[in-house]
Amino acid sequence: MTIEELRALVLSILGGIAPEVDLSRVRPDADLRDELDIDSMDFLRFVVQLDERLGVSVPEADYPRVRTLAGCLAYLAGRCRVEA
Amino acid sequence: MPSLGADMEAGTLVEWKVKPGDAVKRGDLVAVVDTSKGAIDIEIWEDGVVAEVRVPVGTKVPVGTVLALLRGEGEAAAPSPGRSPETAPSPPSAAPPVAAPSVAAAAAAPAAAAPRTRASPAARSRAHELGVSFEGVRGTGPGGAVTVADVEVAARPAASSMRQAIAAAMSRSNREIPHYHLGLDVDLSRALAWLARENERRSVAERLLPVVLLLAAVARAAREVPEVNGFHEGGQFRPAGAVHLGVAISLRKGGLVVPALHDADRKDLGTLMRELGDLIARARGGGLRSSELSDATLTVTSLGDLGAGTVFGVIYPPQVALVGFGRIGERPWAVAGRVEARPVVTATLSGDHRVSDGIRGAQFLTTVDRLLQAPEEL
Repeated sequence: MTIEELRALVLSILGGIAPEVDLSRVRPDADLRDELDIDSMDFLRFVVQLDERLGVSVPEADYPRVRTLAGCLAYLAGRCRVEA
Repeated sequence: MPSLGADMEAGTLVEWKVKPGDAVKRGDLVAVVDTSKGAIDIEIWEDGVVAEVRVPVGTKVPVGTVLALLRGEGEAAAPSPGRSPETAPSPPSAAPPVAAPSVAAAAAAPAAAAPRTRASPAARSRAHELGVSFEGVRGTGPGGAVTVADVEVAARPAASSMRQAIAAAMSRSNREIPHYHLGLDVDLSRALAWLARENERRSVAERLLPVVLLLAAVARAAREVPEVNGFHEGGQFRPAGAVHLGVAISLRKGGLVVPALHDADRKDLGTLMRELGDLIARARGGGLRSSELSDATLTVTSLGDLGAGTVFGVIYPPQVALVGFGRIGERPWAVAGRVEARPVVTATLSGDHRVSDGIRGAQFLTTVDRLLQAPEEL
């Protein structure tokens, strides 16, 4: 998987949770909860789908590291086989 | 047409899932109705065979209208009793109306047979511009005539009709219910520490959110202080026989719905979490059932993620209390002469003075606090 494919997958998960949001406008360093207007249940759904679709189980202690799009991609890239 | 809450006046039949001659069992989904809360699956409350469908698809009818007739299993098919032209109590016969309360309004006639709607030429012109049908538009002009303003209200998006419905219910609440408000700060150190340990041993999909602990504590406390759990109807309090927690869920396009978590006092945390996730998904994506919208006995609203510290709730009639939780956050907490930073939530109770006094409300909140100090027992 390339980093672009990873990014597309993450955005598709987020798009399923917040279908009315224009994902191209999500700022990479902004808190996803504010960018997408999602609550704790939505965020848990996001984490569950990362587990199901990428096999990456994010512990609760690491939630702050996946709260932004850029942080999330960096976190996942370190745990998936991402080609340079 | 069942009432799916104090704020509902009418609904549009959008789909029949049964036809005359079909056998149905209690709990089966028989129709889909569009309301200000979105499309809701309507369940039936009796076993039997559908004898007659009375309301055609696409028709908007008031709450209480007979949608269909049912006959008991094995009962001979009888000729249609005809349509009652007057509002009258429905006889408690073996052929009860589908999912309808005891009052049957005049049966809806097909739209084509309806008399011409009174409307000013300007309103007709505006309706044409906006693509609005007069069907279902409530006229506020002379003699009930539809005005330009009525047309413009009807043309607003669904969220506006939901906003009107919420406003109607809350206005009724503020008009009829003598509210009292109590608040209690609850130290969640134990509860959140236990939750973190518990979630470490659970799979990602089975993790619990703090709100589930709050809901479980409220449900069990309602069993201990039954004056907060039930309905005020006909001038008196009717305690509920079960604890069905109405959970206020905000919708992504605005507005909120309050479906019920049934028997919340008797379910373990994992089950509550699964059912809450399911309710939220269906509230936002469609597929709520009529029973979930009509039988909550006590409402809980949690603003957990939204930053507000305290909820001053408005009771949802005919319920008699509403429990609110603000944001969980670290606050200074004095213990044994020292001040520590601890995770704290402010729990509030809006109570109905016709049913309970502040002392019982206070006992309810302290019970919620006590239960949250022993999360492993929830």
